[in-house]
Amino acid sequence: MSPDFLYAVEVILNGLMAGVMYSLVALGFVLIFKASGIFNYAQGVMALFAALTLVGFQTGQVPFSHLINAMFGTDYHNWSNGMNNFMAIVLTMLVMIAFAWLVERIVLKHLVNQEPIILFMATIGLAFFMEGFGDLMWGANIKVLDVGIPSGGSFWLEDVTRGWAAEGSEYYGMYIDVLDVWAAVIAVVLVVALTLFSQFTKTGRALRAVADDHQAALTVGISLRAIWVIVWSIAGFVALVAGIMWGSKSGVQFSLSLIALKALPVLILGGFTSIPGAIIGGLVIGVGEKLFEYSIGPMIGGATENWFAYVLALLFLMFRPQGLFGDKIIERV
Amino acid sequence: MFYRESGDFKTSYAADQQTFPIRFDRWAIGLVCAFAFLVMPFLINDYWEKSVLLPFLVWAMAALGLNILTGYCGQVSLGTGGFMAVGAYASYKLTTSFPELNLFIVILLSGGVTATVGILFGLPSLRIKGFYLAVATLAAQFFLVWLFNKVPWFYNYSASGMITAPERTMLGIAISGPNSPPWATYLFCLVIVVFFAVIAKNLTRGRIGRSWMAIRDMDIAAEIIGVAPLKAKLSAFAISSFYIGVSGAMFFMVYLGAAEPTEAFGIDKSFLVLFMIIIGGLGSIFGSFVGAAFMTLMPVLFKNIMVGGLGWPTDLVSHIIFMLIGGLIMFFLIVEPHGLAQLWRVTKEKLRLWPFPH
Repeated sequence: MSPDFLYAVEVILNGLMAGVMYSLVALGFVLIFKASGIFNYAQGVMALFAALTLVGFQTGQVPFSHLINAMFGTDYHNWSNGMNNFMAIVLTMLVMIAFAWLVERIVLKHLVNQEPIILFMATIGLAFFMEGFGDLMWGANIKVLDVGIPSGGSFWLEDVTRGWAAEGSEYYGMYIDVLDVWAAVIAVVLVVALTLFSQFTKTGRALRAVADDHQAALTVGISLRAIWVIVWSIAGFVALVAGIMWGSKSGVQFSLSLIALKALPVLILGGFTSIPGAIIGGLVIGVGEKLFEYSIGPMIGGATENWFAYVLALLFLMFRPQGLFGDKIIERV
Repeated sequence: MFYRESGDFKTSYAADQQTFPIRFDRWAIGLVCAFAFLVMPFLINDYWEKSVLLPFLVWAMAALGLNILTGYCGQVSLGTGGFMAVGAYASYKLTTSFPELNLFIVILLSGGVTATVGILFGLPSLRIKGFYLAVATLAAQFFLVWLFNKVPWFYNYSASGMITAPERTMLGIAISGPNSPPWATYLFCLVIVVFFAVIAKNLTRGRIGRSWMAIRDMDIAAEIIGVAPLKAKLSAFAISSFYIGVSGAMFFMVYLGAAEPTEAFGIDKSFLVLFMIIIGGLGSIFGSFVGAAFMTLMPVLFKNIMVGGLGWPTDLVSHIIFMLIGGLIMFFLIVEPHGLAQLWRVTKEKLRLWPFPH
C-alpha cells in the first residue's frame, strides 16, 4: 500500500475519533432537547464544570479558596490529599444532580411555554454564569485530569501499519491516540446504556412520553418537572463523561467550553431529536474536517478546522433543514 | 405632572407623526444631546474616552445593528464579531489604498461593504430559522475571522499579521492614530452614532420596520398578508450589517488603533452584543443604548469597586463579572423579557398618571 493511501486512512481514523468526541457533547444536547425542547447551549460548560469539579475532588481543593483568601486574607488551598477516582466521580455526579435540580427550580420553571429562542438565550446566560462560577469555585488555571485511562500513541499499531507500507517507502506507521480509542468504546457503551434505559425502564418510558407530547404526558400523570430534573441529571452525567474524555485529552481549561460550539453543526447535521443522528453527525463532521484540512487545507492556508464544520452545516441546511434524522419541520399559521 | 400629552396640541399631520410625540421626551432628548455635544467635549479626558465613552458609542452602534436584525426582524445572529471584522478590514484597506479619502466616507463605505457580506450570509435565512439560523451565522463568524487571518492581502502583507490604523485627520485634527485628542475622537463617533440612531428610529417606525416586525411575529402569516419575506429579511440583514460594519470600522480606526482578528473580533464579541440587546431590550432603539451602556459600564464599575476598593485580584473579579452577566441575562429573560427599555416604558406610564393611581 502506498504511504499516501495510508496517510489518508490515518486521517480518516483520527477524524472518526475526533467525531466521537463531538458526539459525546452532542448527545447531551439531544437528550435535553428531546425532553424539554430546550436547546441547551450550556452543555459544553457543563462538561467543563464537571471536569473542574472532578479534578477539585481528586486533588482535595478547597472550593472558593481563591475568594475566601481574598476576602479574609487567609491562605487555604487544600483540605486533604484528595480522594480516589471512584469517590471523586460519584461526588461529582451528585454535584451535577444538585445542579440539575437547581436549574429546574430557579430557571426553567419560570420559562415554561416561552419561545425556543428565548430558552436558548437563557441557556447562554446559564453558560456564562457556570463558567464564572466554576472558575470562582476551583480556580481558572489549566488542570491535569487523570482518571487512569491510558493515553499516547500505540506502538503495536505503528509497527503493524509500517509493515503494510510498500518496501522502502518513507512511512513510519499510524499514530492513533489510545485515549481516543477508549473514548470511542465509552461512547458506544454510553449510547447503548442510554438506549436500554429509555426503552426498558419506567423512567425511560416517561422520558419518551414527554418527548412525544408534553401535554399528553401530563394528563397521564407524568410529572414534567421531575422528568426535567432527571433529564438534566442525565445530561450532567453525559457532560461528566465528555468532560473526563476531553479533560484527559487536552487538560481541563476554558477552551473545553468551546466544544459546545462545535457540537452545534454536529446537531444540525444529525437532527436535533435523534441520538443516532448525533453520533453519525459527529462522525461526519470529524472525518469531514480532518479530510478537508488534509487535502485542501494546505492550499488555502490551513487551520480550516475552525470553520469547516459550520460551513458544512450551513450548506447542508439549505437542502435539508431538519437534519439527517430529525423530525420533519411542519409550520402552521 | 410634567410627563403627559395633555396640553400638547397637534395642529398638523407632521406634528402628529413626529418621532417623539410628548413634549417632555423632546426636551429630555434635546438636553442629553446638548450635553453630549456641547459640554462633554470640554470635560473629557483620556481615561473617560478610552474606557467609557468610546466603547459605549462603538457598542451602541453594534447593538443598534443587531437589534434591527434580532429585535425587529427576529433573526438571531451570532456573527456580529465577524461582521465587525469585515467593517474594520474594509476601512483599513480603503484608508491605506486611498489615503486622501475623508474618514467619514471611509467608514460609510466600510459599512456598505459589510452590508454586501451581510446579504450573502443572510441568504440562508430565507430557508432556515431560529437557532438553525444562529448556527448558520456562526459559519460567518468563524469563516470571516479565519479569512482575515489567512489572506495576507487583507493586512497588507504586514509581518505581524496585525492591522494598524494610520493617522487620518479631519479639518487638521487627527481622528485616528496615536496623536488624536480625546474630544475629537469622541465627537467623531458621537456624530456618527447619533445620526444613525435617528435613521434607525425612523426606519423602524416606517413601512420597512413594520414589515420586519411582521416577519418577526410570524413569518408565514406575514407572507400571507403581503409582506415579501425575501425583501424584509435581506433588507434587515443588509441594514443591520451596515450598522455593525460601521461600528467595526470605528472600533478599529478610532478606538483600538491596532487589531488582530481572533483577539478583537472573536465569538465573545458576538455574545457581548447579543447580551446588550437582551438586557437593553429586544426591539427598542433606546434599549440598544441602555444595554450598551450597561454592559460597558458595569465591568468598569465592578473593577473599580473590587480591585480598586477592596483590593481583590483581577482574575477573581473577572469571574464574578462573568457570573453576574450570566445571572442578569437569565434574570431579565425570566422577569422582563423586554429588557431595561420596558422598565423605562413602565416608569413613563406611571409618570404620566402621577400623582393619581389610575
